[in-house]
Amino acid sequence: MKTMTPQPPGFDLLTDDRDSAVLVISGDWVQGNTHRDFQILKEDLCCITAKELVVDGESLGDWDSVLMAFLLQCYNQCRDDNIRFATRNFPASAKQLLDVASAVPPHEPGASPALPWYQSMDPGHLLREVRDAAVGSLDFLGELGIALARLVTGKATTRFSDFRNFCYQAGPDAFAIISLTSILVGMILAYLGAVQLQQFGAGIYVADLVVIGMLREMGALMTAVVMAGRTGAAYAAQLGTMQTNEEIDAITTMGISPMEFLVVPRILALLVMMPLLTLYANLLGMVGGGIVAGGMGITPLMYIAQGESAISMAHLSVGLVKSVIFGMLIAVAGCRSGINSGRSSAAVGQAATEAVVTAVVYLIVADAAINIIFQQLNI
Amino acid sequence: MSEAHITVNNLTMAYGTRLIQKDLNFDINRGDIFVIMGGSGCGKSTLLKHMLGLLSPAAGDISYAGRSFFTASDEEREVMRRGWGITYQSGGLFSAMTLAENVELPLQLYTRHSAADRADIIAYKLALVGLDGYQNYYPSEISGGMRKRAALARAIALDPDILFFDEPSAGLDPISSSLLDQLIVQLQQSTGATVVMVTHELPSIFAIATNSVYLDAVSKTMIAYGDPRTLRDHSDQPVVRQFLAREASAPIEESL
Repeated sequence: MKTMTPQPPGFDLLTDDRDSAVLVISGDWVQGNTHRDFQILKEDLCCITAKELVVDGESLGDWDSVLMAFLLQCYNQCRDDNIRFATRNFPASAKQLLDVASAVPPHEPGASPALPWYQSMDPGHLLREVRDAAVGSLDFLGELGIALARLVTGKATTRFSDFRNFCYQAGPDAFAIISLTSILVGMILAYLGAVQLQQFGAGIYVADLVVIGMLREMGALMTAVVMAGRTGAAYAAQLGTMQTNEEIDAITTMGISPMEFLVVPRILALLVMMPLLTLYANLLGMVGGGIVAGGMGITPLMYIAQGESAISMAHLSVGLVKSVIFGMLIAVAGCRSGINSGRSSAAVGQAATEAVVTAVVYLIVADAAINIIFQQLNI
Repeated sequence: MSEAHITVNNLTMAYGTRLIQKDLNFDINRGDIFVIMGGSGCGKSTLLKHMLGLLSPAAGDISYAGRSFFTASDEEREVMRRGWGITYQSGGLFSAMTLAENVELPLQLYTRHSAADRADIIAYKLALVGLDGYQNYYPSEISGGMRKRAALARAIALDPDILFFDEPSAGLDPISSSLLDQLIVQLQQSTGATVVMVTHELPSIFAIATNSVYLDAVSKTMIAYGDPRTLRDHSDQPVVRQFLAREASAPIEESL
């Protein structure tokens, strides 16, 4: 029955009869009309002593899912309170919908797999998570070690063509972004140094600062940060998607080790390309420093001569050693996140994020540790 | 009497503390087209993953030709796996490789064929599934039905003696689905391979299956084993008859 002007929805609980309470529904129960909160009725229902609740739809106007949601709440409440539930004077379609919706009792949730936030901050829980992550990492590194040993003995199922493709992706493909960041980092180093050094009339030493800064530290670190965001995330996303598409299952059941087939070529490619990219970044960083030095009145010849005197094998080696270690860390973080990824698009995104965050943390910790070690060794 | 090719022995499967299925005991005979049936979420694909060794059982074992899989060494497992061909629900084709490269991979890894011989075998395998000429296409460039057939071509690259299929007809139109059924039967008959299929496509089951097992989601164990036509007409389990006759139990069961 449809009414011309919408009537506000209403209900009235009549409890005159001791055995049977009647809930009279009236007005238009449609979306957009004023909503009637079930909680109000729930409080009244708690107080009734009747063994049966009859819901009467005689005065019901227009209706849609708003009415059905309300009726289902009533039904569930009665079931919980052991009150018999009945309806009368409702349209047949409403009764049918209620029958369908109430056919299966609501699922009783078991122990929730996700911990509430306060429990996830529990130190014991955090320690367990750290322990699991550490065990997982060691497990991954152990498997990687075995795969690399099999590669050395010629037993691995690693394909050279994959290694070559990954080298291209991690090397020449990254030239543009590495060029831009390296020149800018060189310029930043030169600006920072120039402002201080000029106060003492030692502006020419900007060349030393840029050369040593790029060779020892910034060349390797900035290249690593860019590669973590670019290649590490790509590895995680590629492997995560392969997990979703059951490609890793297919590889495993073909008797091929995913570690040898997928992870080893990626890690080797980054190990080979990182030192080369770092050398390239060092060079461009020095060029960037030279541009700023030129602006301060230091001629290119003076800059080159001064810079040349600052270059030493020790500085160069420190940067290259770092680049190899950084390459390993980025590749391991990316591949581990990808291989352990879940099987949904959200999980792939999470794996890529995890790869970048883990890699950047690894890089900073490793850089600090390497600097301390080299300082202690007077290198 | 047929010889048992695969034996599932007291298998119990669980994800952590969540029990999926328990006490599964059945044989799959050599040359059977065996179907693993059951409602959604009952653990059919999980059972297949256990059979493929992708998951480890909570208890029990699976044997292939009398050799236990889970107690075998890694090398023995690799040898066993080389005798299997598998097509996954989504195909499982390597998206970064062309169809030819996908089919070539197992040949490259496990045979000593020359590149020219491999190309001939690839063309033959693709022709068997009606895809000769598509060698240089990537999986993303062909339709869902073609991807399933290409996955089948890769699965049969090494002439396996067991073929596993996870929901082969899922997402296919009735004609493609029936073509795939026909292809499976023809391949089985010509090679004598044992076929293990996870599906709940009734037309496929009745068209090709010779034996089956029904996993129940409520009791969490197998409740029927045998020829699906016989089970449909004579099973003592109402839910199995209902499943195979495609009858709804009113209301919709909570287990689904």
